[in-house]
Amino acid sequence: MAEQVHGTIYGINGPVIKVHSEHAFQMLEMVLVGHARLIGEVIRIVDKETIVQVYETTTGLKVGEPVISTGKPLTIKLGPGIIGNIFDGIERPLSRIAENTGAFLKRGSVMDNLDHDKLWDVKILVRRGEKVGPGKVIAEVQETSSVLHKIMVPPNMEGEVAEVAADGQYTINQVIVRIQEGKTIHNLTLVQEWPVREARPYKKRQPLDIPLVTGQRVIDTLFPIAKGGTAAIPGGFGTGKTLTQHQLAKWSDADIIVYVGCGERGNEITEVLEDFPKLIDPRNGRPLMERTVLIGNTSNMPVAAREASIYTGITLAEYYRDMGYHVAIMADSTSRWAEALREISGRLEEMPAEEGFPAYLPSRLSEFYERAGRVENFNGTEGSVSIIGAVSPQGGDFSEPVTQNTKRFIRCFWALDKSLAYTRHYPAINWINSYSEYLEDLAPWYEENANADFMEKRIRLSRILQEEGKLLDIVKLIGSDILPDEQKLILEIARAIRQGFLQQNAYHEQDTYVPIKKQYLMMDSLLKLYDRALKLLPLGIPVSVIRNTGVFEDVIRIKYTISNDDPGAFETLNQDIAARLDALEADYRSSERVKVQ
Amino acid sequence: MSIEYMGLKEISGPLVIIDGVKDASFEEMVEITVGKQKRLGRIIQIEGETCVVQVFEGTMGISLDNTRTRLQGKPLMMPLSKELLGRVLDGMGRPVDGLGEIYPDKSWDINGEPINPVMREYPRNFIQTGISSIDGLTTLIRGQKLPVFSGSGLPHNQLAVQIVRQAKITGANEDNFAIVFAAMGVKYDVAEYFRQSFEKGGVLDRVVMFLNLANDPVVERIVTPRCALTTAEYLAYERGMHVLVILTDMTSYAEALREISSSKGEIPSRKGYPGYLYSDLASLYERAGLVRGCKGSITQIPILTMPNDDITHPIPDLTGYITEGQIVLDKGLHQKGIYPPVIVLPSLSRLMKDGIGKGYTREDHPQVANQLFASYAKVQEIRALASVIGEDELSDIDKKYMRFGRFFEAQFIAQDFHEDRDINQTLDLGWMLLGLLPKEELDRISPELLESRYVPMDEDEVAKLWT
Ligand SMILES: Nc1ncnc2c1ncn2[C@@H]1O[C@H](COP(=O)(O)OP(=O)(O)O)[C@@H](O)[C@H]1O
Ligand SMILES: [Mg+2]
Repeated sequence: MAEQVHGTIYGINGPVIKVHSEHAFQMLEMVLVGHARLIGEVIRIVDKETIVQVYETTTGLKVGEPVISTGKPLTIKLGPGIIGNIFDGIERPLSRIAENTGAFLKRGSVMDNLDHDKLWDVKILVRRGEKVGPGKVIAEVQETSSVLHKIMVPPNMEGEVAEVAADGQYTINQVIVRIQEGKTIHNLTLVQEWPVREARPYKKRQPLDIPLVTGQRVIDTLFPIAKGGTAAIPGGFGTGKTLTQHQLAKWSDADIIVYVGCGERGNEITEVLEDFPKLIDPRNGRPLMERTVLIGNTSNMPVAAREASIYTGITLAEYYRDMGYHVAIMADSTSRWAEALREISGRLEEMPAEEGFPAYLPSRLSEFYERAGRVENFNGTEGSVSIIGAVSPQGGDFSEPVTQNTKRFIRCFWALDKSLAYTRHYPAINWINSYSEYLEDLAPWYEENANADFMEKRIRLSRILQEEGKLLDIVKLIGSDILPDEQKLILEIARAIRQGFLQQNAYHEQDTYVPIKKQYLMMDSLLKLYDRALKLLPLGIPVSVIRNTGVFEDVIRIKYTISNDDPGAFETLNQDIAARLDALEADYRSSERVKVQ
Repeated sequence: MSIEYMGLKEISGPLVIIDGVKDASFEEMVEITVGKQKRLGRIIQIEGETCVVQVFEGTMGISLDNTRTRLQGKPLMMPLSKELLGRVLDGMGRPVDGLGEIYPDKSWDINGEPINPVMREYPRNFIQTGISSIDGLTTLIRGQKLPVFSGSGLPHNQLAVQIVRQAKITGANEDNFAIVFAAMGVKYDVAEYFRQSFEKGGVLDRVVMFLNLANDPVVERIVTPRCALTTAEYLAYERGMHVLVILTDMTSYAEALREISSSKGEIPSRKGYPGYLYSDLASLYERAGLVRGCKGSITQIPILTMPNDDITHPIPDLTGYITEGQIVLDKGLHQKGIYPPVIVLPSLSRLMKDGIGKGYTREDHPQVANQLFASYAKVQEIRALASVIGEDELSDIDKKYMRFGRFFEAQFIAQDFHEDRDINQTLDLGWMLLGLLPKEELDRISPELLESRYVPMDEDEVAKLWT
């Protein structure tokens, strides 16, 4: 297939170039720019002038260099070899690029996205003459020890199986099944292509009533996200967005993790690459890397590819969802993506809306978050894509356009708080400003799988925290000494909730991930302590005396003293606390008697 | 022989526009002759035969018809050699110390190339600076980018000098340690202060200095850090050296960027800064790090002054989003006479978690650091309360916190400009101060560790031990 020149470069302004041509380019078509054949995408067409955004640095390009049309939109390859791998924003394999060009990224590294030489063990699942439609699983490949890759009939294709290969070893480009659709024969290999900006279709949406369990107490217990749901993590720098994303990538109960490092630090990608192969997935005992794919388009890599990275990520997620997997995608940070939009828009001299962002920012955000969901696939399986997007508000101010517009399209808001981070209260998720709109739909699941009164207890816990918030406003003005004892007790138990329950140490072997059942038991111990202590107050026992028994410290330390696999220990602890407070009560009653006598 | 283009079409601030140019490539360098004088420029936009050129030496004295321009066919290159050590260069890397030309071993494009993230090595090696607030609470790691957020009138230069003087980098010795210093828009006396302290410290021959001073051309400021970082990369990756890069003042750098952007008529984002400020800063800061298979390392300490002491201003804000933490200096502490005035709560070292503790610094380090942060945060709350109800009205325990706060600032944060504390001294000091608080208050430390290390202290004891 000989490619011909379709246009020539006329103007260059950073990643944006102007092309003059007689050829009619298509909107959003992928093109190859200049002698170096840099990958670009058509973003505007005015008469004979076409504007292209280029995914690599344009240094050295000249007016008059050729621009070649490919006739198809920006497309990525979907097939075995994705999981466990790391790609840039347009699915170029960074490890293999490193093998070829060394430590630094050179321009024009056009490479096959997936390994073409590797032989995969393929098990064919269809027979000649079988009628097949979109999503039908025609073969299986064990992609990693954790992931069974299902080779599917692409969307928008159906017909009768005309020919099948035998089970055996194949590379991704070998034909394994031929399908006859009317007069056309489709040759199916292990890969299919898909344009990243288009959502992959599914049969129908399902209700969002199962949580994505993350093992993070403040999330699972207070502000849970559903499988197929959407969440935003906004926060100023250093408040814990990336660490929270990493925690979710490590511990959430998704089958597949797509982690998109969009315009952030190189070392954070390196950290994942070093840690994940060593960390063990608690659910199957395999290395976490075996279910993870990374997209790394760091802040110093080309800005247009940063814009594309989010779409590449979500397309990968949808592809695995189609196989019947629960996929979670973390995008760190969506603000960098929005800024990439702004940068390109600025170079096009478009009329900006707020703070220089283009007027289409909200629609782009909503299109992205709409690609989340729990669905029934064409092949009858059920899968989901959950999106967790970090937001980096300018100046840490949540009133800025990206945070505000994101808020319209997500249903879980985990607001990170600078003052909590300053006091090293981690995760610094503010319990007053955060919310989850999934609570009601998830309640039955919690009642069935954690405990019948999980939601009741959750409400009590959050009431205490709200109450504390109000009291602290008063304490700021007058100190806590003159508060009545009931209120002092609220402050005391709320402190225990904050330190013992909300704070969770990502670097502690046990505390980094806590199962829901243990979360329930911790909550239970805290509330039992509160109830018991409350009964002591009418006897005139001051809160300070209760405090001196050390019971609050004991519940605060549960996260370290009771291991995740030892629920029995809670019974012992609760009894011990009850016994100590009983003793305190008995003591008081007897001394009262002495006084009376 | 390339063509010479006579005259210009337009002049706007630091930019000139040339018409009728053939075969120009994007970001190529041009040489502009004005009378007898030669200036350098860079093509920053091309439209047909029209090129927008930014002139590094400024456009003063240029008219529409007194110039001749010649394309150089390549981007701005930095001549590199180990002989650069000990030399003083201008903001574009040309010697200004009268010691003659540099004979380059290599010549590299100053824009560099992004490090492939799979080829990075995660930084883990502790750099002891001898400064308690840094070593104990915002630990510097080899290969880290850790800026100092300062304000005008604060001693950020002293702090940087003290770090350079005392820094002990694992694996670095006299032969493989270098400092690259880039001044952007700073005053002459500031640059001179650094030079003298390098000289006094006996390290002048390990330093490469790039000077773009306050009265030097603004456009040149854009390339100064790039020349400096290219030099650092050469020393680290070609010559296996551990390089400490000091970039000051990043605020002047960002202002220069804004000036050029507005001359180009670009749509501004916040406070007039261009929308690409984040990407531009990242293209500098991300040049810190370790590369697999290379012996050397690049550690960056950028210094910036926060306009109006406002940490939410775009320059500190975007910097903080890119760098691996920040050391924040505070006017209030400075006014109390505390040096270095490091305000620990907003300060952070993101790489600290993997570079401290057992096998790196000392096993108790993470917990002690955590506890000091938490207790000092509590001090702030109690101070706020005390300012309302008066210190006398505070509860006993709150009074203890007030005392802890005073000692913490006076003894842990404050230290002499010449005082070099090793990490054991820093941590022991931390324990001593925690001794001022009752054991039950120390909830960030494990019971076992408390058992073995905690010793209650009263005020007099601390004061006595200290002197
Ligand atoms: N859950 C946590 N446990 C312990 N430390 C945390 C936690 N969350 C955040 N941190 C600390 O905060 C620092 C900054 O977090 P990070 O996720 O990088 O912030 P952001 O991405 O918002 O800038 C981390 O380096 C770590 O020291
Ligand atoms: Mg982050």
